[in-house]
Amino acid sequence: MGTVKFTDEHEWIRLEGDIATVGITDYAQNQLGDVVYVELPKPGQKVEKGTQAAVVESVKAASEVFAPVTGEVVEANQALVDEPATVNADPMGRGWFMKLRLADKSQLDGLMDEAGYKKFVEGLH
Amino acid sequence: MERDRTTGTFTGNRGLQIEEKLLFEQGEAGRTGVDIPEPPKLKDRLGGTRRRAPIGLPGLSEPQVVRHFTRLSQKNYAIDLGLYPLGSCTMKHNPRLNEKMARAEGLGDLHPMQPESTVQGALELIDTLAHWLKVLTGMPAVAMSPAAGAHGELCGVMAIRAALEDRGEKRTRILVPESAHGTNPATAAACGYAVDPIPANKRGRVDLEAFKAKLGDDVAGIMITNPNTCGLFENEILEISEAIHAAGGFFYADGANFNAIVGRVRPGDLGVDCMHINLHKTFSTPHGGGGPGSGPVVLSEALAPFAPLPYVVHGKDGFRLIEHDHDPAATGKAFGRLKGFHGQMGMFIRALAYMMSHGADGLRQASGDAVLNANYLMASLRDELTPAFEGPCMHEVLFDDRFLKDTGVTTLDFAKAMIDEGFHPMTMYFPLVVHGALLMEPTETESKDGLDQFIGAVKALARRAKAGEAAAFREAPKLTPRRRLDETGAARKPVLRWRPPDPQGQAAE
Repeated sequence: MGTVKFTDEHEWIRLEGDIATVGITDYAQNQLGDVVYVELPKPGQKVEKGTQAAVVESVKAASEVFAPVTGEVVEANQALVDEPATVNADPMGRGWFMKLRLADKSQLDGLMDEAGYKKFVEGLH
Repeated sequence: MERDRTTGTFTGNRGLQIEEKLLFEQGEAGRTGVDIPEPPKLKDRLGGTRRRAPIGLPGLSEPQVVRHFTRLSQKNYAIDLGLYPLGSCTMKHNPRLNEKMARAEGLGDLHPMQPESTVQGALELIDTLAHWLKVLTGMPAVAMSPAAGAHGELCGVMAIRAALEDRGEKRTRILVPESAHGTNPATAAACGYAVDPIPANKRGRVDLEAFKAKLGDDVAGIMITNPNTCGLFENEILEISEAIHAAGGFFYADGANFNAIVGRVRPGDLGVDCMHINLHKTFSTPHGGGGPGSGPVVLSEALAPFAPLPYVVHGKDGFRLIEHDHDPAATGKAFGRLKGFHGQMGMFIRALAYMMSHGADGLRQASGDAVLNANYLMASLRDELTPAFEGPCMHEVLFDDRFLKDTGVTTLDFAKAMIDEGFHPMTMYFPLVVHGALLMEPTETESKDGLDQFIGAVKALARRAKAGEAAAFREAPKLTPRRRLDETGAARKPVLRWRPPDPQGQAAE
């Protein structure tokens, strides 16, 4: 298992080699409520840090999932399209959204670690 | 079984609330409301495209059809039935005078392809309504054809793009506050712009510094709703409009909340370049399933030449409709045409009837009463619920879900319980900048008695939530023809088509 980092937009990112797996956090899925629709980027698509990479829609709202780092999409989790409930059931595992080939690993440096993110979430309420 | 398990009745009906099957389930082959003579034998000239199987329309008698739709209508909720506090929707009374005028001989039977000489009155009506809209907003021009609010947004942003292209500029970004209606970023994106969100400050308004930091020569414009969706007036609006103009961009105002300021603030004085006006909200034409919308867009001097076709002009022989850009009376810069024919004529009639029957003073009083009613709700509920922001509100009042903390009741549960009390729920979970939002807009329609009853119901529900009745809330609504719907299931696995039961499949079971 690689290191997991978190963004203040409630995405997690796990780095293995130069491939980063990206998803939304347990807090995010909990706030969204039942996820009913997921739109994913296509493999080969270039995404830029901080811009929209995917869309997640729940019974409450539609939200963007931002690319936490710049890179190229190597794989998207098509299983989510058929079974969006996976995002609620296992957000940090089977509910991953996409795998990116990183352009610049140093972009991870500014992100939070697990303890830092936990503190950040506690500060929200 | 002799009795239905939930209602305890043989029929499944709840008193006069009648359990109604789909028309397809009631149909019987061969039953019909009219007798049509057998067609004479004709030679088939359809070249082999003749239908080969029955099309599956249900066979029904006339009373069956009449009862079906009447029964469905009884399950509906409408402004004609009661208070409809849906925030940011301005569900106000639709005066019957409007309906009478729309059905008047000479207006109700117009056809859009009649020669101009025969529809001078209709063109004058469009022109008069345009005049009122321009005077009320302090703007020099208006595009009448957009068919709804979001269509008006499209019109406004297309006019902005046309004006920028006319200047030889290609700008790529549009700034949109996070509290915006979802249609704002959608419109910007549909017109090919990147959407750049601006955060709100602690007072629920646009964060001025964050906004200024985002300005640049690639910014085409900003889209702002004022008052905003938190029900708050953007009091730094002049600084915002000056800054966006200094950066060479345009100021789009979302007029969805115009009902708060009619007769009091002229958007033109705020530096607005274009604003759509929801006739169906502010000017009382039916909506929310009751009729088509209508979203005329007022335009500044800078954008007016790019207004879409068609538009009414005064010619030497009366009113004329400019339908083509090569017409000698045209500006030659129109960005195109947005809609078939000339706009929502039926709504123009209703809106003008509303305006002229109220007069300038009446319109001004209506906006004042709408704001007063919202503040009465705020003042009456502030101790039991938790207002999202301090201070008075405009035409709608926003609460967050802090008052439900640790009760186990969510905003959704609360909204469902409102249905049992006989109200359409308030807007919930919008705007997104507030946690578990409950947004209420009473409009000027409601009397104090009506508001007091609503306030009583909301307070009683809040007390029940705090008293630990979460389980009852999760079951709500209980008194409706259908209980709580599985919204998640409906979104994930929607059943969109009725299919006839398969007799063979049934036999196998």
